[in-house]
Amino acid sequence: MNDHIEKRIELKAPVSRVWRALTDYREFGEWFRVKLDGPFVPGQVSRGQVTYPGYEHVQWEAVVQKMEPERLFSFTWHPYSVDPKIDYSKETPTLVEFRLEKTTSGTLLMLTESGFDKIPSGRRLEAFRMNDGGWTAQMKNIENYVTQTS
Amino acid sequence: MPAKRQARAPVFAALGDETRLSLVAKLCGRRPYSISQLTRGSKLTRQAVTKHLRVLESVGIVHSVRTGRESRFEFDPQPIEGIKQYLDFVSEQWDRALSRLKSFVED
Repeated sequence: MNDHIEKRIELKAPVSRVWRALTDYREFGEWFRVKLDGPFVPGQVSRGQVTYPGYEHVQWEAVVQKMEPERLFSFTWHPYSVDPKIDYSKETPTLVEFRLEKTTSGTLLMLTESGFDKIPSGRRLEAFRMNDGGWTAQMKNIENYVTQTS
Repeated sequence: MPAKRQARAPVFAALGDETRLSLVAKLCGRRPYSISQLTRGSKLTRQAVTKHLRVLESVGIVHSVRTGRESRFEFDPQPIEGIKQYLDFVSEQWDRALSRLKSFVED
């Protein structure tokens, strides 16, 4: 287990195509399944309505952070805040970053979502990970324990 | 799914400390431990151990149980399981979204 999420995916499409799919608000809405009110602008709030079947009641809201053409697109949000009874605005948002790299066959897309730990500096956890045993091993212990006792 | 969601950030914060993680590692292997047992063989003072246990207790990772005159601490996997399930859920949603993006740009 980690305090952040990392994904890598190879896309057989040029970087310019992927960049458009990520940052054009209509195209983003197509694959992400959200109907956005308007274009993404760094520093501004992006709002819309989720169109994912079963989640149409959910409002989408994110704050666009960086748009470095064909390299980096990032926003902060409250991930999958699907419960209308919870006021997510009180929670610290997570940071979602899409990084693009040109490859021989198209584009390498790297996604990270971080900030789940809400610790001002993630370094403490990072430092622990480098110690012997580390976070992963501790989680293994915990998992073993959970399986044994459940 | 998002049940008990508010409790997650403090759990991450409580675990974001080497000393507390090492206490959790000790406690999840066997149970329960007294403060003296947890202090023995470590560089920490009794007071330091107590302070860290209280932080873990405040987010429900450990519970104290009284046995006679002594408090013992036992591990409760539930809060950690909760954040793990939450991260797994968010991670799975990304897998789905990225596979939709893949079809979208490759078509």
